[in-house]
Amino acid sequence: MQSILETNEALAAEAAEAPSAEATVRESLEAKAKAARERDLKGYKPPRRSLFKNPLRRWGWLFLGPVVAAFIIGFVWPFIQGIYLSFCSFRTTSDAQLLPAKGENLFGNYIKAVTDPSFLHSFWYTALFAIVSLIMINVLAFTVAYALTQGVKGSNLFRTVFFMPNLIGGIVLGYIWSMIFDGILSYYGTSILMETKFGFWGLIILMCWQQIGYMMIIYIAGLQAVPEDMMEAAKIDGATKTQTLFRVVIPNVMPSITICTFLSLTNGFKLFDQNLALTGGLPFIIQSDGSTIKTTEMLALNIYNTFYGSNVAAQGTAQAKAVLFFILVAALGLIQLAYTRKREVQQ
Amino acid sequence: MKQQTLHGEKVRKTVMSVVLSVICIIYVLPVLTVVINSFKLNTYVKTDTFALPIGDMWAGFQNFIKGMTFGNYPFYKSALYTLIITVLSTALILLFCSMAAWYIARVNSVFCKVVYYLCVFSMVVPFQMVMFTLSKTADRLQLNTPWTIPVVYLGFGAGLAIFMFVGFAKSIPIEIEEAASIDGCGPLRTYFKVVFPMLKPTMISVGILEIMWVWNDYLLPSLVLDINEFRTIPIHIQYLKGSYGTVDLGATMALIFLSIIPVIIFYLICQKYIIKGVAAGAVKG
Repeated sequence: MQSILETNEALAAEAAEAPSAEATVRESLEAKAKAARERDLKGYKPPRRSLFKNPLRRWGWLFLGPVVAAFIIGFVWPFIQGIYLSFCSFRTTSDAQLLPAKGENLFGNYIKAVTDPSFLHSFWYTALFAIVSLIMINVLAFTVAYALTQGVKGSNLFRTVFFMPNLIGGIVLGYIWSMIFDGILSYYGTSILMETKFGFWGLIILMCWQQIGYMMIIYIAGLQAVPEDMMEAAKIDGATKTQTLFRVVIPNVMPSITICTFLSLTNGFKLFDQNLALTGGLPFIIQSDGSTIKTTEMLALNIYNTFYGSNVAAQGTAQAKAVLFFILVAALGLIQLAYTRKREVQQ
Repeated sequence: MKQQTLHGEKVRKTVMSVVLSVICIIYVLPVLTVVINSFKLNTYVKTDTFALPIGDMWAGFQNFIKGMTFGNYPFYKSALYTLIITVLSTALILLFCSMAAWYIARVNSVFCKVVYYLCVFSMVVPFQMVMFTLSKTADRLQLNTPWTIPVVYLGFGAGLAIFMFVGFAKSIPIEIEEAASIDGCGPLRTYFKVVFPMLKPTMISVGILEIMWVWNDYLLPSLVLDINEFRTIPIHIQYLKGSYGTVDLGATMALIFLSIIPVIIFYLICQKYIIKGVAAGAVKG
């Protein structure tokens, strides 16, 4: 009885030991293999570390140098100086003086900027313009892209024509359309410079004409990427065309919609050339305190006019406006992205 | 039943074709109006904008001849300067940004990361933010001629180019470069003989975007260049309208027509690449 028990115990112990013995063998084998590998590798280092990267690392001055130098001249230094100058009183960059040194509030320029009625007007005008143009451009561009992906004859020709206005510069576009609008409005004895609403809708039409082709290209790329099997499944399930569009197609092109809304919103806010060439901000109204507000002037043009306008003492204010403008554009882009990314179909 | 739906489909497609054709014609009309008016006598441009230039209105090539020296500045000069600036800037951006991007993609240092994120950051900064200080800096560094302004373009345009090049350079298998380096190529030769040819598709996309930007840019050159001496086409056209009380619209339209022609030729030749490049550039968001 005793012996049987002992044998059992021994067996159990052996059974318990077995996997560990196996593990030991594996470990020792692995150690041997590793040692062998290391022996083989002696005198040979993997290229990723030494042969390749280190030589390149020493060439940084040549590869990065030109761009970094130009980038500092063209962006980093002006950007830092721009932020600094927004707290200064200055005529040119060399005579800048911090505002407290002149006994003024450090944020004096910003206070002047946000209390400037022309700046506030241009802000609301720009916001309205950006939203209206965003909706119109995207709806129209999506419609055209959807139509062009249905296998209509000659869709290549249509695509070519719709995209063409994109290549014409903003200044030239502005003059082309100011001639056209004036040609139409002259029949009614008026001109695009006479009323704010003409300038507003004129600019909307111009931007639609220019941007639809661009957005259409992005939407076409998105529409062509909608999985064929999903469309088939929807068809088999008996979905109508409208249901397929809203339940299958649109959720699938959400990434394109993100990009396009983002682009058209920031484009709308940053618009300058077209605004300058089409109306130049006209017409203007004279305020009770003698200052003028150009009613079709957008943010970028307002900043430009403050910098290079008749009032040379307003350059600090202009730079403060520019900083606020930058914060606005950057923030808008980020919010827009965060919001639309959530709605994208999870792949 | 099936016959009917097929028939319906056909009708629908035809209707769609017709609608699209009409939109197409409307789309071309503005450009046609420019062409029409460039052959029209100045006095009729404003009153009979959409009439064909026939009879009394026909001006022949008078507008074009007048336009050549219009605004006390020869048009060919502004066209030439625009061309010089566009070609030089695009070449600089393509060469140096692709080199930098490859370096950033392959060398994993803090400095590279800083440069890369600064570039991405610069894409969301509107030009008005740096407008004043940039033009003063460029003035002080004598970057105010068509031959030196490309440096400014390289600096301000580096963001998008580096962003696009880095994205592509990271997808190139490193083994090819390793093979080149084992065969005895230094980094410079590896870059020009191996990496540069592989970057070609991105080069075309970036090149198209930069050409479109620089050729049409108005604000940057108008602030940086000496306006009396050097004018690009957009600056020239803006000054025609701005500096005169009564504008000779016929001559202006002739110049606009002339300035659109190279753009449209360029578009028709490189259409495939342009559309592809634009689609690639859009992904930057």
